[in-house]
Amino acid sequence: MSEKAEGSILYLDEVSVSFDGFRAINKLSLVLEPGEMRAIIGPNGAGKTTMMDIITGKTRPDSGDVLYDGKVDLTTLDEAGIARLGIGRKFQKPTVFESHTVEDNIELALKARRGTWATLFHRRSRSEQVRIDELLQTIRLSDKRDLLAAKLSHGQKQWLEIGMLLAQEPRLLLVDEPAAGMTDAETAETAILLKEIAKTQSVVVVEHDMTFVRDLGVKVTVLHEGSVLAEGPLDQVSANPKVIEVYLGR
Amino acid sequence: MLTYWLTNGFDRKAQIVTAVLVALAIVVPLGSLLPPDDSVLHISTYQVTLFGKYLTYALLALAVDLVWGYCGILSLGHGAFFALGGYACGMYLMRQIGTRGVYADPVLPDFMVFLNWKDLPWFWYGFDMAWFAFLMVILVPGLLAFVFGWFAFRSRVTGVYLSIITQAMTYALLLAFFRNDMGFGGNNGLTDFKDILGYSIQSPGTRAGLFAASALFLAFFFVVASALTRSKLGKVLVAVRDAESRTRFIGYRVEHYKLFVWTLSAVMAGVAGALYVPQVGIINPSEFDPAASIEAVIWVAVGGRGTLVGALIGAVVVNFGKTWFTGMLPELWLFALGGLFVIVTLFLPTGIVGLFARLKSLRKPPVAPVAVANQSGGAS
Ligand SMILES: Nc1ncnc2c1ncn2[C@@H]1O[C@H](COP(=O)(O)OP(=O)(O)OP(=O)(O)O)[C@@H](O)[C@H]1O
Ligand SMILES: [Mg+2]
Repeated sequence: MSEKAEGSILYLDEVSVSFDGFRAINKLSLVLEPGEMRAIIGPNGAGKTTMMDIITGKTRPDSGDVLYDGKVDLTTLDEAGIARLGIGRKFQKPTVFESHTVEDNIELALKARRGTWATLFHRRSRSEQVRIDELLQTIRLSDKRDLLAAKLSHGQKQWLEIGMLLAQEPRLLLVDEPAAGMTDAETAETAILLKEIAKTQSVVVVEHDMTFVRDLGVKVTVLHEGSVLAEGPLDQVSANPKVIEVYLGR
Repeated sequence: MLTYWLTNGFDRKAQIVTAVLVALAIVVPLGSLLPPDDSVLHISTYQVTLFGKYLTYALLALAVDLVWGYCGILSLGHGAFFALGGYACGMYLMRQIGTRGVYADPVLPDFMVFLNWKDLPWFWYGFDMAWFAFLMVILVPGLLAFVFGWFAFRSRVTGVYLSIITQAMTYALLLAFFRNDMGFGGNNGLTDFKDILGYSIQSPGTRAGLFAASALFLAFFFVVASALTRSKLGKVLVAVRDAESRTRFIGYRVEHYKLFVWTLSAVMAGVAGALYVPQVGIINPSEFDPAASIEAVIWVAVGGRGTLVGALIGAVVVNFGKTWFTGMLPELWLFALGGLFVIVTLFLPTGIVGLFARLKSLRKPPVAPVAVANQSGGAS
């Protein structure tokens, strides 16, 4: 495997995947440095979510390398194994455990042993309680802790899912359209929160909302038809004629 | 660790259920044995046996609720585990007959003599010993469930497909046990039992004892199920039920959790079957009938899925109905059962328990609803 992978937290090289002959991801290459935050943009169907599916083990690539931490081959692991390595994911459509309370949702995600016996005899420790309280504060759901997650608004579910992501204490966060369905104020707050997270962790964030991407102020990768069309600061890629043609110029 | 686990699980619901079952385990045997036959307090042996049978059904329903109500695995084959536990117990009871059979063979059960068999098949060895038989009551259903679950859950068979293969499993066993050369008595099954643990199986005292055992085993497993569902593992199970793939993405090996609860549930069903057989006095392949497994699911739906106590209530209520109906209008029972299922699914999705919960909340003054901003249409 390539030396280019060395020192990176996430390394994709020439990754391809087809669904019934349709190439959703086509020779996609991408390198993320530790501590880096990267924004991914691209028109609908560009393959952004599919890329996350590949990294998190939901979809197996037909070819190409996917390496974590410069050495761990993610294509041989299952979803749970990849999550345990420290890769967390927030879904495009917010998915929380609807018949659990907000607090239980956080508890389930909290970094802890994941084995059957460990959870069977698990007893919430003081430090875990403190951590849960902190997280609820961060996502501003402290007063909703005993409410069933099903009763939350769309925006609140997004925040709960971000809270669950943080609870896992991942080293790499994959965040798919965190601002979808949020008010402008919530969107701005989400950008602030993500920037806060990016101080200590590596983040890949997919988003359509350009104001949001501008707020983040990070390197942008433009995906189109399953491969990278352009990469660089937002101002630079949005001046790129190819990008304008497929994405911004529509 | 274990004490915390049990005390945490021993909530008010579990306390009430345990209290009721322990009380039944004392009162019913006393009512059967102490008052004279013509007293109003007397409970006939027939009734003791009937109620005892309901309790074993309740244990089967509890097993179904654990996998279906909490983990979303709709098993349409739990009757297989129940029947296997029943057969293990029946084999023990057959070996207790000894020379009192029609052919008076000291070792071979009657049906084997009838088939002209000379030796006891190897898989009948050990069943003359109660401890061995009891071990098999647990091991055989547990092992079958483990192997079945290992393959099914690892290859991520879920939903309707899983339900269908559970049906196929019990149907395959039905056909196998019908065959005489399987060595389980063919379509007649195992019957004409004489003793259990040295006591005459027909005597009122033994009947009372079997009833008490059924009640106590049910109480025991109820506390276990309650502790389990209230533990963090129980929360993971519900998470799997609600959003399986999400659970994987936060690092839980879903197949391990399913396998654990599935196997435990099968063992519970097996114990239920083992308690059932000495009370009804027979075990035959009809217990493997897919329809029997479906009935167990209906009990849970009627009582209230995912509540544990609903499974018990549903099993007892529906079977009371069945006893009454089959006495009055036997040919209509299946229609009544089908109708009941449709009504519950359409109008009472939370079953009897849910109905009571709703009535209770109607009587109380409504609590001020928690303000929930809902900008974008809520649940998606
Ligand atoms: N499991 C699958 N089976 C078949 N086709 C799929 C599958 N997953 C994705 N696709 C297809 O692959 C393409 C890329 O989809 P993907 O969801 O990755 O796009 P996206 O960039 O996330 O788009 P959006 O902005 O709408 O979320 C789409 O055409 C989609 O229909
Ligand atoms: Mg997408």
